[in-house]
Amino acid sequence: MSGEALQIEEAGSLTTTQDLGRAGYAWLGVPRSGALDPGALTLANRLVGNPEDATALEVTLGGLRFVARRALELAITGAPVPVTVDGRAAGLGCAVHVAAGSTVALGTPRVGVRSYVALRGGIDVPRVLGSASTDLLAGIGTPLGPGDRIHLGAVPDAGIPALDQAPVATPSADDLVLHVVLGPRDDWFTEASLEELASAAWEVDSRSNRVGVRLTGPVLEQRQRRELPSEGTIPGSIQVPHNGQPVLFLADHPVTGGYPVIAVVTTGDLGLVAQARPGQRLRFRPVSAPLPAERPDREPVHR
Amino acid sequence: MRLLPCGDAALLVEVDDLRSVLALAAAIRADRDGGGLADVVDVVPAARTVLLRCRPGPGVLAGVADRLRGLETAEHDAEEGPQVEVEVTYDGPDLEDVARISGLGADEVVRLHTDAEWTVAFTGFLPGFGYLVGGDERLVMPRREEPRTKVPAGSVGLAGEFTGAYPRESPGGWQLIGRTEETLWDPERDPPALLAPGTRVRFVRVGP
Repeated sequence: MSGEALQIEEAGSLTTTQDLGRAGYAWLGVPRSGALDPGALTLANRLVGNPEDATALEVTLGGLRFVARRALELAITGAPVPVTVDGRAAGLGCAVHVAAGSTVALGTPRVGVRSYVALRGGIDVPRVLGSASTDLLAGIGTPLGPGDRIHLGAVPDAGIPALDQAPVATPSADDLVLHVVLGPRDDWFTEASLEELASAAWEVDSRSNRVGVRLTGPVLEQRQRRELPSEGTIPGSIQVPHNGQPVLFLADHPVTGGYPVIAVVTTGDLGLVAQARPGQRLRFRPVSAPLPAERPDREPVHR
Repeated sequence: MRLLPCGDAALLVEVDDLRSVLALAAAIRADRDGGGLADVVDVVPAARTVLLRCRPGPGVLAGVADRLRGLETAEHDAEEGPQVEVEVTYDGPDLEDVARISGLGADEVVRLHTDAEWTVAFTGFLPGFGYLVGGDERLVMPRREEPRTKVPAGSVGLAGEFTGAYPRESPGGWQLIGRTEETLWDPERDPPALLAPGTRVRFVRVGP
């Protein structure tokens, strides 16, 4: 049962198709991309019986409205948005049946940024390099807009799980504590700056997007001004440009960067960053590196 | 080879120079193709480093680090990469500037550009935008004072020690010396980038 399933009337500030991204192409300049809050995406998919990595909608600060062209089963997770189906409130974190012809509207989330709308069958869009993720920096795919029609894939074998509502942690409006591993270039920064990184409350700037979250706070200073030959970065990398105000890279980040990365947020905490709103504050808690750093000045002569 | 931490699921390997980067990246790819380093998801060579993004999991990074230290990189020199020819029309808007800055004259700039065997060191900036090295040192160029807001797809340029070609239209600050009709990026091709790291490149003058 595939075919046109819904038509978008309003897409809010940014609505894109996302799955878990495209791995293996960073060496050609293509980042992973994919859902910024992967836990919310996989949950939404499970709630409608889809494979965890099925393609769904990532909605930024709500504002999505669409008309069902046929009966749909959907689930909404992530940033908690008020949802209505033909004006009647519908639940979050659960499978919702939508009759053909009904209008589904997402309001503005109280907290968090990104909500996920999974549709039973998964969204059927052309895959580029193995993924349906829209990558704004690499220019793969385009954001959805009014009038766009969405098709679904085949109904999965798995049924809709029998539960009323998934117990999900709502994104927090308080300061977020993120675990970081210092490095690879922590040794480029002054001791004072390393202390600031771990003690300050870093405010999320409004100029944040899927590429990265800009942070404002104390100026992080390098021991001496040096030029870094471009090197690879990953989502979670906290890059510090010359103005000393860090940028925390998200899924559509540049694959290489020419500013030093002072620390990297751990994989499990990236979903929290995806839900950090402008004005919200982040705190970084350093954890020990999985492997000790090898510096030129303390590299063992023999191994 | 120095291993630097990069979060809980990646390692940044720092080496001495670009030549070592090319050898190490080639050795890593060969080892992974042979079934080793199976936990490595992405390999990102750059100017002095190779980034390895791995599957998250306990002990994964330690295992990858051990395997890396045992890799024999010496036999993977740049000469092993595939070879491509890129046809270029040398009529770029900055060719005269490059000729003036280098003091060579336009014909000599083109001759040096086409005589060299370039090697793609790494990519970045845009999907399929390769940074090619191996040119004559007289072609080392500063970036333009004022970057262009629109550089057409296929533009061939110089910046620093590198030459490169824009896979699609984008802003850019490279000194443009020509243009190519080659399809530099095609997601349906394997690999999608014509100028993938390790590829050896000769530019062929087709005009003017």
